[in-house]
Amino acid sequence: MYKVIYNGEMEKIAGKAVFGETMKALLAEDKDVVYLDADLMNSVGTAGLEVQFPDQAFDVGIQEANMAGVAGGLSAVGKKPYIHSFGCFASRRMFDQAFISIAYAQLSARIIGTDPGVTAAYNGGTHMPFEDICLYRAVPGSTVIETTDSAMASAILRQTKDRKGLTYIRLSRKNLPAVYEPGSTFEIGKGIVLRDGKDVAFIAAGLMVAEALKAAGELEKEGISAAVIDMFTIKPLDEALTLEYAKKTGAIVTGENGNIVGGLGAAVASFLSENYPVPVVRTGVHDRFGQVGAQDYLQEQYGLTAAVLVENAKKAIALKS
Amino acid sequence: MSKLKAFARDIRIQQMKEFKARGFGHLGGSLSITDCLAALYGEIMNVDPKNPDWEDRDRLVMSKGHAGPALYATLALKGYFPLDVLLTLNQNGTKLPSHCDKNLTIGIDMTTGSLGQGASTAAGIALGLKHSGKKARVYLVVGDGEAQEGQVWEMALFAAQKKLSNLILFLDFNKRQLDGRTHEICDLEDPAEKFKAFGWHTVRIPGNDPDLIAATVREVQAAQGDKPGAIILDTEKGSGVPQIIEIELNHHITCSPELADRIIEELEAQKKG
Repeated sequence: MYKVIYNGEMEKIAGKAVFGETMKALLAEDKDVVYLDADLMNSVGTAGLEVQFPDQAFDVGIQEANMAGVAGGLSAVGKKPYIHSFGCFASRRMFDQAFISIAYAQLSARIIGTDPGVTAAYNGGTHMPFEDICLYRAVPGSTVIETTDSAMASAILRQTKDRKGLTYIRLSRKNLPAVYEPGSTFEIGKGIVLRDGKDVAFIAAGLMVAEALKAAGELEKEGISAAVIDMFTIKPLDEALTLEYAKKTGAIVTGENGNIVGGLGAAVASFLSENYPVPVVRTGVHDRFGQVGAQDYLQEQYGLTAAVLVENAKKAIALKS
Repeated sequence: MSKLKAFARDIRIQQMKEFKARGFGHLGGSLSITDCLAALYGEIMNVDPKNPDWEDRDRLVMSKGHAGPALYATLALKGYFPLDVLLTLNQNGTKLPSHCDKNLTIGIDMTTGSLGQGASTAAGIALGLKHSGKKARVYLVVGDGEAQEGQVWEMALFAAQKKLSNLILFLDFNKRQLDGRTHEICDLEDPAEKFKAFGWHTVRIPGNDPDLIAATVREVQAAQGDKPGAIILDTEKGSGVPQIIEIELNHHITCSPELADRIIEELEAQKKG
């Protein structure tokens, strides 16, 4: 069960601290859990686990492709690997290895990609994953999750421990707006209705969930009733909830911190176009590369703001026939 | 003829039957690794064909996954599945695809085919077994062309660093790849020197004698200490079958029933001679 605590304030603890604590607890609880990292343990709060758990935690060095393959091999002998790198390397840099040596081989691993989208900020365009969701959605049978805050990240890391197949988890190392109470649990594959509404529905993931909550508040002042759905499981998509809100509101606006090509918006739009066509306006990066800058600057640059969601909501409502 | 040499000959006969039934395939690289497979499955590996998922078994990862036909013939002769299944190689709906698939074929320990990847999965298996206190060993076959993949060398660094002393890599140094001679395309120079430089206990031997290969595995295991082991096998692409060796580009070739029958006949004649 989850509890919503959103009031616009940021988390007190950074995502990486929660990640480190959660991995430590998982390693201690289950000797089959294995953690691999490619020289980013100091960046993600896991440094020292390789000393504390010498049979379970390994820094493989800067070799993401090998790390993904090693994870496949560990799974083949009954281990439960969690492997981490920045989202750009956790997707592009090891995609064929994740595809063949984990997914195609019907093995199981959790691939953690940190610094989603514009949260890569000062690391810039080379480190800014806008395409990781698209890539991992294209792997047959995969699970793709973007956590909304660190309370959810901690729960999802625990809840996917025994999950079969390739699971890609996109999560932030930094402080995000707090949405859920620590200790919450979630149902993978089920979206969460954070706010009900009848004129338009926001379906969002990651940092766009808090933006959507802000946007819904703004729209309310103008007499527009907007629902907000946290679609943290991007694949498999919660089709029932998507359909329910398409019927209820007749206008959908998606929000994602990544390229709209192949992402959450594409998943929602393609499902609805085949099942219950209503206007779907996608909010996200419009087929551009990343760049260096502060996160708020980048959110403005790429249109990942409550203001853009408000505009898109009005556009979607206007498109209703 | 020794027991292992006879086994290698039988593996060649059975794989030629596979290629005859389909009419084409990866003949050169399947034949070149046959003597190594005879040594491993004929003498070295601790496996049980009646219990293919036994968790304490030794594992083989055929990272040069296109040598599947040689491995399928070996497994069938060991009793993992009936010999007549071999005739379904690459037929629609088969359990024997051109590249090894652990979810389709009984006895295959890892899915391979995207070159370089079996190297890392073998290292992962070795790491997992070692840190679970298991005694099982891991054998990895890498092609010489495959060693042009950077992933192989990522793994080479990793396996030495993590002291994967339960791992032995065989390099099938047959000196040819799909497009031609390896030294003309992207030269490996002396692969033994390279593996030594990466911190592996390395030896280089002729790769066409299964008795020598088996003895060398024992020697390496006695001497490798906390290092991973590498055995460079000097082979010929098409090894054991002169008609295939003499085809310069023999990575993936057609195989007429007449040619296959002639080869099988000559191999069968070795039994009498």
